[in-house]
Amino acid sequence: MVTDSPTLSARILALLATVPDPEIPVISLTDLGIIRELRAGNPPELVITPTYSGCPASIAIQTSIRQALDSAGLTEVQIKTELSPAWTTDWISQAGREKLLAYGIAPPETAQDRLKFKDTAPAICPQCGSANTQEISRFGSTPCKALWRCLDCAEPFDRFKCI
Amino acid sequence: MSQTLTLSPFELALRLGDDALTLSHRLCEWCGHAPTLEVDLALSNIGLDLLGQAQFFLNYAGELEGAGRDADALAYHRDEYEFKNCLLAEQPNGDFARTIVRQLFFSTWQTLRFQELAQSSDKNFTAIAAKALKEVTYHANFAAEWVLRLGDGTKESKRRVVDGISWSWRYVDELFIGEDAALRPAWEAIVRAKLAQAGLEPPAPVRGITGGREGRHSEHLGHLLAEMQYLQRSHPNAQW
Repeated sequence: MVTDSPTLSARILALLATVPDPEIPVISLTDLGIIRELRAGNPPELVITPTYSGCPASIAIQTSIRQALDSAGLTEVQIKTELSPAWTTDWISQAGREKLLAYGIAPPETAQDRLKFKDTAPAICPQCGSANTQEISRFGSTPCKALWRCLDCAEPFDRFKCI
Repeated sequence: MSQTLTLSPFELALRLGDDALTLSHRLCEWCGHAPTLEVDLALSNIGLDLLGQAQFFLNYAGELEGAGRDADALAYHRDEYEFKNCLLAEQPNGDFARTIVRQLFFSTWQTLRFQELAQSSDKNFTAIAAKALKEVTYHANFAAEWVLRLGDGTKESKRRVVDGISWSWRYVDELFIGEDAALRPAWEAIVRAKLAQAGLEPPAPVRGITGGREGRHSEHLGHLLAEMQYLQRSHPNAQW
């Protein structure tokens, strides 16, 4: 058993970087920014936070984390869900944003961009890069996405909602 | 501004949890029946957010009560008179316009309520409120957009949204009883502005119907609970 907590923390982060999000399997749980910290103690607690209050993937995520920890021999680590501070799309990693884009999902703007554009910023089409886009539906296939379409290449696409 | 609670934290958690739970159930009744696929998705997603909020509030209520009840026990094993949701949340969906007006009224109220709750000295409440605030703001925007489309749409859509306003208006007073009275001016300002944008106005004052907060409900809640609780009542503690 590893007792040195920075090492353990790094090991868990590396481990969870290989666990895909159940709804958007192209990004990992660490990319999504829901893995908050490893709290040293006996037992050590892995603090995670949900994206949306009612996200149906929450249970699947906990199960995946448990399985990953168990199969790495880290059975003593407990998983703790905390709501505060509330998850924000700013916690999605840069690598995660690039993977989303490559997968065809427009990644969320960062807080800085949001300040610049407020709510009016158009989504950038992940297929052709055009900003000539239009919202079809404020809600999409999962709680974290909205549905858009590109008026240039005519492709519909998902956009990560910025929260 | 940190608020002084005259309600017990348990009672407050129960109210907010029951509001979210009953309205979540109503919204999910639209699943497969909404006017368009996009609206179907939207209403179900809003319902899902509310269900998550209900779970947080009711789990916390159970913790405060200290009698070993969790969110499931509170949701599935209480009778009507023990529910403390506002009457607005339990009203039948009616047509789409009624549902959307109810959502505008309710989400606007929730936004203001959670802004206040996020300043509370109770860190469990502030955590739930700060998280839910992001969601309910989005819900209120969605509802306002639809009120605008319906009010500023055809003669028929306007007739329906006007009906929705007068139907829901009777349940507005109840949102502002007790310490929530202070939220009313802000709520009225927001709702009146949204209605005005859509060429609509609030109806003449009516005598408000209240009782939900004390457990005196309309006949609709019993039917809602019969469906929601059926499985757990027939097969207590059944699990997936």
